[in-house]
Amino acid sequence: MSGAGPATRGTTGFRLRRHGPLATGLTLILLLAGVALVSLVWTPFPPSKMQIMQKLKPPFEVGLLGTDQYGRDVLSMLMAGAWNSLSIALFAVALGAGIGVVIGLAVAAWRGVLETVTMRGCDVIFAVPPILSAMMLGAFIGPGRWTAIFAIATFMVPVFTRITVGAARQIWTRDFILAARAAGKGPLLISWQHVLPNIVGPIIVQVTIQLGLAILTEAGLSFLGLGLPPPAPSWGRMLAESQTFLRAAPWLAVLPGLAVALSVLGFNLIGDGLRDRLDPRQRGRA
Amino acid sequence: MARFVRSISEVLVSATAILCLLLTTMAAAAPRTDLAIGMTIEPAGLDPTIAAPVAIGQVTWQNIFEGLVTIDRDGKIKPQLASSWEISPDGLTYRFSLRSGVTFHDGEAFTASVAKASIDRARAADSVNPQKRFFASVDTVEAEDPQTLVIRLKQPAGSLLYWLAWPSSVIVGEKSAANNKTTPVGTGPFVFVRWAKGDRVELKRNPGYWNREISVKLETVTFRFIGDPQAQSAALVSGDVDAFPEFGAPELMSSFDGDERLMTVVGDTELKVVAGMNNSRKPFDDKRVRQALMMALDRTTIIEGAWSGFGTPIGSHYTPNDRAYVDLTGVYPYDPEKARALLAEAGYPNGFSFTIKAPQMSYAARTAEVMQALLAEVGVTMIIEPTEFPAKWVQDVFTGRDYDMTIVAHAEPMDIDIYSRDPYYFNYRNPAFDTAIRQVEQTPDAAGQDKFYQEAQKILADDVPALFLFVMPKLGVWDKRLKGLWEDEPIPSNVLAEVYWTE
Amino acid sequence: MIILMIRRLVGLLLTLLAVSALIFLVMALLPGDPAAIMLGTSASADTLAALRQQLGLDQPLLLRYLQWLGGVLQGDLGRSHTYGVPVAGLITERLAVTLPLAAMAILLSVLIAVPLGVTAAAKRNGLVDLAATLFAQAGIAVPAFWMGLLLILLFSMQLGWTPAGGFPGWHAGFFAALHALLLPALALALPQASVLTRVTRTAVLDVLDEDFLRAARAKGLSRRAALWRHAVPNAMVPVVTMLGLQFTFLVAGAVLIENVFNLPGLGRLAYQALSQRDIIVMQDVVLFFAALVIVVNFSVDLSYLWLDPRLRSGKAFS
Repeated sequence: MSGAGPATRGTTGFRLRRHGPLATGLTLILLLAGVALVSLVWTPFPPSKMQIMQKLKPPFEVGLLGTDQYGRDVLSMLMAGAWNSLSIALFAVALGAGIGVVIGLAVAAWRGVLETVTMRGCDVIFAVPPILSAMMLGAFIGPGRWTAIFAIATFMVPVFTRITVGAARQIWTRDFILAARAAGKGPLLISWQHVLPNIVGPIIVQVTIQLGLAILTEAGLSFLGLGLPPPAPSWGRMLAESQTFLRAAPWLAVLPGLAVALSVLGFNLIGDGLRDRLDPRQRGRA
Repeated sequence: MARFVRSISEVLVSATAILCLLLTTMAAAAPRTDLAIGMTIEPAGLDPTIAAPVAIGQVTWQNIFEGLVTIDRDGKIKPQLASSWEISPDGLTYRFSLRSGVTFHDGEAFTASVAKASIDRARAADSVNPQKRFFASVDTVEAEDPQTLVIRLKQPAGSLLYWLAWPSSVIVGEKSAANNKTTPVGTGPFVFVRWAKGDRVELKRNPGYWNREISVKLETVTFRFIGDPQAQSAALVSGDVDAFPEFGAPELMSSFDGDERLMTVVGDTELKVVAGMNNSRKPFDDKRVRQALMMALDRTTIIEGAWSGFGTPIGSHYTPNDRAYVDLTGVYPYDPEKARALLAEAGYPNGFSFTIKAPQMSYAARTAEVMQALLAEVGVTMIIEPTEFPAKWVQDVFTGRDYDMTIVAHAEPMDIDIYSRDPYYFNYRNPAFDTAIRQVEQTPDAAGQDKFYQEAQKILADDVPALFLFVMPKLGVWDKRLKGLWEDEPIPSNVLAEVYWTE
Repeated sequence: MIILMIRRLVGLLLTLLAVSALIFLVMALLPGDPAAIMLGTSASADTLAALRQQLGLDQPLLLRYLQWLGGVLQGDLGRSHTYGVPVAGLITERLAVTLPLAAMAILLSVLIAVPLGVTAAAKRNGLVDLAATLFAQAGIAVPAFWMGLLLILLFSMQLGWTPAGGFPGWHAGFFAALHALLLPALALALPQASVLTRVTRTAVLDVLDEDFLRAARAKGLSRRAALWRHAVPNAMVPVVTMLGLQFTFLVAGAVLIENVFNLPGLGRLAYQALSQRDIIVMQDVVLFFAALVIVVNFSVDLSYLWLDPRLRSGKAFS
């Protein structure tokens, strides 16, 4: 974590501050990934199996975490939801980071008009609040897995572009790049061989942080009905549906939110821990 | 000291008692005259003659606007701006005697020429009336004298009187018609005051209301638009809203049980929830497949799962509060074994897979989810594709007719004729059915029409062009002291002229 | 300096123009015919055509775009299809809810974050610092709409202190309206506050290390006075930047929160306009949000100058 000054180096407190978050984050995410994978082969009940007569039973009465308005097992739905949430976030970030980094490398290598156009493009995307664009995108192609992935990735592209440009530009001013140029290497080869390996740290940090953000955004989209269609369980839709049953079945509103929060927390903690290791310039920054 | 304290407390007690008495007598002497009524959906404009959403009529029909004739709470046609009428024996000429002394809220007098202008506006070439088809058979409209209106038809239209009672057929003033969308002006018992967009519409009593037979008790009416069911419930409990005639969340109805102030009223509507199929697309072009799917569905489970057990199963596109209703739920009752057998007979022993385009409204989404589970039991895989209603649904399903199955509540009363319309999204063709519907229009007397309506219902029940599921209930929640609200809903509306507080 | 600012302003206007073209195109190509939505399922083709003509939807795309843009430049935002009233009035009405909501959320988040962040930095590794760190981590991870649900569960359902949603309108009295906005503002503010706490803490820590502060302490200024009089003002640059950056997230959150709490704000208007295909309203609202975001970012740049004298002469806009 931030703020671990030289004075505390070596003390137990320091070690906890330094390693605690990363370890906690890793534990949370491994747990999440584990649950998500297990849900593919086993859940206590089939997650979309309805038992209308058992509807809205509180935790421990039916199943471990109770049932929803159709009598479906909440634990099973949360488990299957973990897979959906995680897979959408991974896809979206992979897409966004992939495109963003490539554009960013190109901009840093060629600059000129490309840079102006790209940076203006980023401005345009940033100017429209993500949720509004996602709503329009949802209306465009209809709600579903790919809507969520595209909507989230659209916002990741400029984020990764900017970060890559910033980091890559600094690398381009270094001596070893001049040497490579003198050796006759073209911008494509230099970007691949010399620039990318040197900026991979900040990008990985950003990937973990954006994974958390993607899970958060996916929940928001599903909450508005723009995520995965039923019967695929989704944490955001579970939250949206819980609203009507807030008084009768509060656990339906609490549990999926907790799942979202813990997953995001996990990614953020990993991101912080990695930042301290991989991106020393940013150490101590928020 | 003690005596002093006691005397003070005695004074206090008696003062409080007097105050309470005063308050109760005051309350008893003057019942409330204001009403806050809740609605789920905000209307899109306030002119029912230029846009379709039922919310428009639910605010304005019979409150601000009136028609030549009207529909009462039992669904019967009653005179309104026309005091009486004669129909020629060939069913082609309608002669209406109009009331005198009726004025619009802006002072314009209601005469036969205003009525003629209003009907002509609805059927003009550039008309945007959502039910322009009602006037398709009209040949000419004449104002014979200020108190007599004559409508001549090209061919008989047995439902014309009924159609004239609809919100889309109300009589509008010549001067005010253009602005009715934002500032509606009619002849009704209430005058438009204010519309705070996204929140409320306010009306006040029309002191010059023509109909002296009705004594309008309410002075002010506020329509509040609250979409979220939890917020609807909170508004009712806190007293911000006195009545929610169409409460949005069946699952919350039981939370009002035993409430001292509020009561729940479950009535009938015209909202038929049906899962329409594309009858020209495989495998739905096979009658046996449609019948099998019908038998795979347990309507009771669907109603329980989708609408907390409120609702009436139907076997055809007709509701129990329509005249000439026949209960046809027994034609294809729930029987998964038979369903499987019939599917095998039709060539699908292992079932098949299809997509349902389901709108996002909770009744549709939930019904689709329950259907999905029930169909899985007979080996049929139904994939749910959430389809934004109305925009995308209208484009894909209604206009484009590019779908396998869909689900929607048909709100228009007595609209069984949609299965004979061409084009219509079911892509259903049945000459026998078309004949039955045509005969309804050619029969001027109600008893004669009923026979054909029954025949039409039976054809649909056997042919299953759509999976007939249930009629949505009218879930009313309102203050116990409030009287006069309609319990059933023969047409989507909130008629407030005869609503009053008992205390 | 001035030239830099003008260049930047021109850039902003170009961005806005690009946004307007983009949103127009998106709305024009969106599936769903506004006329069919207005006229329902019984309207015939000629009725639909008549309405399309009335709404001006039968004209060529480019002409419609130029008409809209020309109107906007003259201050005429057009007329809503569904409501039939000028869009400018609609947006103003909704802003009366959304702006106070956003302002309250920002105020609350600053009130929580700055004292917490400063105290955490001043007493590094203390109990407050630990609490601040935990709060910062947890707060970012919590979706605002879930926070809204939890607040409703606690304050409306369990304690009965606040309404569960809805807005009585400002005419119902200032405090009644404020009361209705309190929970949604808090739900929006808590995640923001956690980000701000973190930024404040880091910024103050950075400043505390700098020479001028040591000098001030050496001159005999108390630790407390040095902290609040010198360290905090100097640490405000990153905090203000973060407030600006968070603004977009605040607006985005407001769309969801207005849905959770049933508030008739701008976000709900957008949601409604989109589902009704009230094209012109949607275009105006998105353009308005974009303009707001751009103006806020520009103001953040300007406030650098005001807050940080070191930048006044330098390259604030590089």
